[in-house]
Amino acid sequence: MKETQTLQNQIESKATTERISGSEAIVRCLLEEGVKVLYGYPGGAIMPVYDELYKYQDKIHHVLTRHEQGATHAAQGYARISGEVGVAIATSGPGATNLITGIADAQIDSTPMVCITGQVPSNLLGSDAFQETDIVGISTPITKWNHQITKASEIPEVIAKAFYIAKSGRPGPVLIDITKDAQFEEFDYKYEKCKGIRSYKPIPETDRSSLEQAAGLINNAKKPLVVWGQGVILGKAEEEFKAVIEKAGIPSAWTILGASAIPTSHPLNVGMVGMHGNYAPNVLTNECDVLIAIGMRFDDRVTGNLATYAKQAKVIHFEIDPAEVDKNVKTDVAVLGDAKQSLKDLLPLLNANSHHEWHHKFKDLYEIEFEKVIKNDLHPTKEGLTMGEVLKEINKQTKGEAAIVSDVGQHQMIACRYAEFNTTKSNITSGGLGTMGFGLPAAIGAKMAAPEREVISICGDGGYQMTIQELGTICQQRAAVKVVVLNNDFLGMVRQWQQLFFDKRYASTEMTNPDFVAIAKGYYLNAKRVTKREELPSAVEEMIASKEPYFLEVCVEKEDNVFPMIPSGASVSDIRLE
Amino acid sequence: MDKEIKHFTVSIYTENNIGLLNRISAIFQRRHINIESLNTSRSEIEGVSRFTLVVDITEDQMKKIIGQLERQVEVIKAYYHTDEETIYQISAIFKIKSDLLFEERQIQNIIKESNARIVTVNKEFFVLEKSGRKQEIDLLHRELSAFGIMQFVRSGRIAVTKNEMKISQMLEAFQH
Ligand SMILES: Cc1ncc(C[n+]2csc(CCOP(=O)(O)OP(=O)(O)O)c2C)c(N)n1
Ligand SMILES: [Mg+2]
Repeated sequence: MKETQTLQNQIESKATTERISGSEAIVRCLLEEGVKVLYGYPGGAIMPVYDELYKYQDKIHHVLTRHEQGATHAAQGYARISGEVGVAIATSGPGATNLITGIADAQIDSTPMVCITGQVPSNLLGSDAFQETDIVGISTPITKWNHQITKASEIPEVIAKAFYIAKSGRPGPVLIDITKDAQFEEFDYKYEKCKGIRSYKPIPETDRSSLEQAAGLINNAKKPLVVWGQGVILGKAEEEFKAVIEKAGIPSAWTILGASAIPTSHPLNVGMVGMHGNYAPNVLTNECDVLIAIGMRFDDRVTGNLATYAKQAKVIHFEIDPAEVDKNVKTDVAVLGDAKQSLKDLLPLLNANSHHEWHHKFKDLYEIEFEKVIKNDLHPTKEGLTMGEVLKEINKQTKGEAAIVSDVGQHQMIACRYAEFNTTKSNITSGGLGTMGFGLPAAIGAKMAAPEREVISICGDGGYQMTIQELGTICQQRAAVKVVVLNNDFLGMVRQWQQLFFDKRYASTEMTNPDFVAIAKGYYLNAKRVTKREELPSAVEEMIASKEPYFLEVCVEKEDNVFPMIPSGASVSDIRLE
Repeated sequence: MDKEIKHFTVSIYTENNIGLLNRISAIFQRRHINIESLNTSRSEIEGVSRFTLVVDITEDQMKKIIGQLERQVEVIKAYYHTDEETIYQISAIFKIKSDLLFEERQIQNIIKESNARIVTVNKEFFVLEKSGRKQEIDLLHRELSAFGIMQFVRSGRIAVTKNEMKISQMLEAFQH
C-alpha cells in the first residue's frame, strides 16, 4: 500500500529527477503517455523491461501474444478503434523482424503505433552478436520515424518524441530500438512530453483562398461527388464532415478505410468506391463535375486506370499530407490542413443545396447493382450459403452496433460491402497492405481497447491460419472477441482471379483445412460450425449472446465470386457486374 | 513540358541524424532513380546539415520527391533547382608520378592552362587539385591520362542558389 503510494507520488512529480534504470524509465515513460495495454513477446535483449513490466503490472497490462506479428496487429486494432497509440514490444533479432509486417501495415494505413525492441549491448553492435539484427536499417522505409538508443539518458526524450510523432499529423508507426546496456544503466530520470520538433510540421497551414476556391467550385457544381477516406476518422472530423455534405447535399462515397465515419444508413452515403465497391459511385466518378476527395490518397485500388479517372471533373483534395497532393491525381484545388478545421471553415462558405436529379442517378444504378449482385448475395436462392447472408444476419442481430474487424480476401470485400455501421471507427481492416493474418489479432486489440463494444472478426479460412495461434492470446486474456471464419476451402480471392484471368487454373489455391471447431475448442473457446442456411440465425444469436469469446465457422459456397469488380488496369466506369 | 528529363540539384536541410542518409537514399532507390552525385556537409545554420544531390528526372517526379523528402521527420526543408539557378562546383584530385612533372614539359602547360593547383610534391608523386565544372575536370583527366594517373577522385557537386532559400526564417519561426 505504502509502496504504491510512493510510486504514485513519483509518477506525479514530473519536474524532479530521480535515479532509476533505463528499463524502469521505459515503463514509466509509457505510463506518462497514458499507455494502459501493450502487446509483445519477451526474449533476451528485452528482459530488463519485462522485469519492470512485472513490477508495474498493476498499472500497465502486458498482453503476451503468440507471435510478434500478432502483437503489432493487436496494437493496430487497439489504435484503430480507440484513436490512441498502440504499443508493441519485442526482443532483438527474430523478435524484431517478426514485427515488420505489422509496421509496414501501420505505415501504409497511417495507424499510430510505437514499437519498442531490445537490442544487443552497444559494445557488441555491428559484431554479428547473437540475435543482433539491424532493425533500424530494416524498418527505415516502413516507419514514420525510428531511432536507436544506446544510453539510458536518451530514453525519456526519445520515447516522448516517438509518441508525439506517431499520433500527430498523419499518424504512423515509430520504432525505438534500445540496447540492453541502456536498459540496465541508471540515470537521473525526468519526463517531459514532446511539444514540437523543429524539422517536423504535423499539420500544414490552410490557405484561406484554397477554401474559398473549393467552396466556389462546390457551390457551382451540378453533379458533385465526395469521396472520403480515413482522414475523416483520424482527424476526428466526422461531425464537421456530416455538416458539410448535408448542407451542400452531396452524394458521398467511401474508401474501405473511410467506412463508418458516417452511418451506413445516412441518406447521402452512396457506398464504397474502388475495385469491389458499389456500382453507382464508381461509374459516376466518371460523370461528376466536381470530385471532392477528403482525407484519402487515390490508391490504385480506388482509382483503377488513372488515365481515365474522373478526367471530366474538377478535383478538390482536402489533405493533411502535402506529399499526397497531385501524387496520383492532379488536383484543381488542394486544401491542405487538418480535416476537422478545414471542413469547419468550409461550412459557412457553402450554399445549401440538394441535387435531387443527381441523387436519382445513384438510386438508379443501385437498382441495377441490386438486381445483378446484391440480391444474390443477400437473398440467395441457391443451396449454398453466401458470405453476404452471414453479414446480413450479423447486421440484423447487432443492429449495426458491432465493430467489424476483417482479414483479407473475398470475405473482407463482402464484409466491407455489406456490414452496417452506426458508429465511427467500426470498420477495422488492412487496406493498403492487404495483410492476411491481420483480422484475428487486430480484433483482440480492438476488443481490449473497447470492451463495451461487440467486436466481430471476419476471417477467411486462409488468412485465419496465418495467425491462428492468437487463439492462445484470446484464451489467456478471455477477451470476448467473436471470431467468424467464412470457410470456402479456397484462397478465394486468388481463386477468383484465376477463374477470371487465368482460365481457371487453380494453382495452389484449394485448401485441405483442419477441423476449425476442434482447434477452437482446443483453446477452450465455445465453438460452432454452420453448414446450412437454417442453422445460421440461431448460431449468430448464440455467438452474440455469449459474454465469452466465441468461434463460429460458416461453410460457404466454394466458388462464389465478389462483384462488382474493376479488373486491374480498367477504368472505374468499366466496372463489371458479372 | 513536365515530362522532359532535366538535371536538378536538390538541396536538403536536415537535422543531424545517423539514419537519415538511409531514409533519403531509399526515397530515390524505390523509384529507380540514380543519384548522380551526393554531398553532405554542415550548412550556413548552426546544427543543420545540408545534403546536395544531383538527379536526372522529370520535374513532375522531382516535385513528388520533394514532397516525400519533406515528409521525413528530420528533414527541415528540401529545394530543387536547375543549373541556371545555381552556382555549382565539383572538385577532383589527381595523384601523378613526380618524375613526369620534370620530364614532361607538356604536363606543366596542362596544369597552367587548366587552372589546377599543385597541393603537394614529393619524390614519388605530386597531387593536383582542380575545382570547376564537370567538363573541365573531364578534359583535364583526358589530358593527364596520356601520361598516366596513379589515382583519381572526383567529389559530388556542391551548389549555392542564386535566390534566397527561406530556411533561416523557418527555423526562427519555430523558436516562437
Ligand atoms: C500475407 C499475404 N499473403 C498473400 C496474400 C495474397 N492474397 C490476397 S487474398 C488471398 C486469399 C485469401 O484467402 P482466404 O483467407 O481464405 O479468404 P477468401 O478470399 O477465401 O475469403 C491471398 C492469398 C495476401 N494478401 N497477404
Ligand atoms: Mg477462403
